[in-house]
Amino acid sequence: MRPAPRGSLFRNATLAVIWLWLLVFVLAPTAMVAVASLLERGTDQFVTAAFSLESFARLFDPLYFQVFWNSIYLAGVTTGLCLLAGYPFAWLIARAPGRIRPLLLLLVIVPFWTSSLIRTYAMVIILKANGLLNGLLLWFGAIDQPLMLLYTEAAVIAGLVYSLLPFMILPLYAAMERLDLRLLEAARDLGAGRTALFLRVVFPLTLPGMIAGCMLVFLPALGLFYIPDLLGGAKILLLGNLIKDQFLAARDWPFGSAVSVVLLLFMALFLLALVYVRRRRADAEAAL
Amino acid sequence: MSDSILQIRGLGKAFGGDWVLEGIDLDIRRGEFLTLLGPSGCGKTTLLRLIAGLETVSAGSLHLQGRDLTPIPAERRPVNTVFQSYALFPHLTVFENVAFGPRLQGVKGAELRRRVADALETVKLGELAARRPGQLSGGQQQRVAIARALVNQPLMLLLDEPLSALDYKLRKQMQLELKQLQRRLGITFVFVTHDQEEALSMSDRVAVMNAGRIEQLDTPRRVYEDPASLFVARFVGEANLLPARVLEQRPDGLSLELEGKPFEAARPQRFEPGGRVHLLLRPEDLDVWSPEELRRQPEYQARALAATVEEVIYKGAEVDLLVRLESGVQVAATAFFDEEDPTLEYQRGERVFVTWPAGWEVLLPFEDAS
Repeated sequence: MRPAPRGSLFRNATLAVIWLWLLVFVLAPTAMVAVASLLERGTDQFVTAAFSLESFARLFDPLYFQVFWNSIYLAGVTTGLCLLAGYPFAWLIARAPGRIRPLLLLLVIVPFWTSSLIRTYAMVIILKANGLLNGLLLWFGAIDQPLMLLYTEAAVIAGLVYSLLPFMILPLYAAMERLDLRLLEAARDLGAGRTALFLRVVFPLTLPGMIAGCMLVFLPALGLFYIPDLLGGAKILLLGNLIKDQFLAARDWPFGSAVSVVLLLFMALFLLALVYVRRRRADAEAAL
Repeated sequence: MSDSILQIRGLGKAFGGDWVLEGIDLDIRRGEFLTLLGPSGCGKTTLLRLIAGLETVSAGSLHLQGRDLTPIPAERRPVNTVFQSYALFPHLTVFENVAFGPRLQGVKGAELRRRVADALETVKLGELAARRPGQLSGGQQQRVAIARALVNQPLMLLLDEPLSALDYKLRKQMQLELKQLQRRLGITFVFVTHDQEEALSMSDRVAVMNAGRIEQLDTPRRVYEDPASLFVARFVGEANLLPARVLEQRPDGLSLELEGKPFEAARPQRFEPGGRVHLLLRPEDLDVWSPEELRRQPEYQARALAATVEEVIYKGAEVDLLVRLESGVQVAATAFFDEEDPTLEYQRGERVFVTWPAGWEVLLPFEDAS
């Protein structure tokens, strides 16, 4: 599509809608959260208009460090597993014959057609003591007694990986599909065996896709509160759970807001670092 | 054969049941510049990729210095390729691109730097080592691709239409440089092109390919002057083809009927009496005379073919003429400005006579020249 000329009605109208959207649904709520984090908790209202840094001070409690660390650990393991599973998966799609490639991509996207919450309930049915998985294993005689699968850390990680895997596969696929196969031939011609081919050509050229995929998995993984709730039996807390609990259970809006602000800052730093790395790469590969 | 570096016997390649290459027998000589010439789809690139190991052999064998290449994968063959698209690694600098091969051989440190610098010096790119491929012009990328292949000291350098992406002037320059490079290094070059001029000007030998087979393997001069088939004659250079009928086969020549006149061909070639042949004549072999000029050339009078000028194309150093013979066959003739004829004045519709030096015609079996 050709870009609309500058100053045209269509262009101005579209931009106005986008800006309005960002203003009302992104900037305003974020500003409200930031303001709330600096106020005091109210007795008959959620917040009172008094400045206080107390919410942030409370974050230094070792209990919350533990939650923070736990979140990063779970998100990190999830990201690593998604990368391990998604990389070969994306490679197979990118190298599949052109006819079946759209079909394989469709299979990656199909889970998005139902709510992630419903799919997590489905996992509960599979994992619970008298669930599908245990039933199958018992029937095959692989085990004598049902395994305790649900309400474990493994179940939480499995749920996170299951929900977030498409976000890893899609950017990886995009990077691999762009990969010029003639470069692989050139590398082989120059003496690169399978290992050298991967380490020296495929890996560096798909690195942008890997970074993008890791961001798209790691950052949402920090906040997917309903997965630890349903699959971890609320024993395992993510930052997302902490925030949800503060707003809905403890009714401590300033503190929930403070956790949100810290999470936001953490994500922003992550993204800034990525942009910085990208820009350095782009400078080095200028004009490509 | 002691001077042969690569022996190809009965080589064939099929893609999904379609044979794109069949029955290739070819001995590549040590240190020669061999060109695979042919139209697109003739199998020349496939042949090159089979030598490189980038395609698997469907039939026949390849022996490099007596060693069977068939089971050896591309990464362990002592040959390197310059790709048509250059295929430079975009994430690596020029230095790292060239160092790619030697690094995999375990070359490190000062030795690596020396070899890369030498290779870049060979292609006159020493000062661009720190750039990335995206920051180079097409001609420079081409040179990096050559250096990246040469630095491995391959037994053979395979070049797949390496100049086709360059503009005309740069291409001419690179042709000369490549030829000089090959002579200086003494490495065997196998060069793929569809450009007959490029093939003739650079090669020691040319293999003209058509429909998956080698039609003729010979020196550029013999490919041009003595083509083995109608296809070679028409693909390599411009060709005028005059149909003729064989009257009599003699030990020292051939009596023909050409344009309704008797014609004596000097070359002792075997053709059956009564059969048809094609006379091949290059445009530059033909002389075009006005009736007055022909009267002053008594030795040509008997053999001259009458024609009418249809088109006159002035080209600076030469004039191209399209004339139509009385039989209706159109013939192209190139006349050069020289002391014999400094004016070269021709008019469209003018009656002229076409002649050529005795014995310069090439006789080919008659093929339907459609």
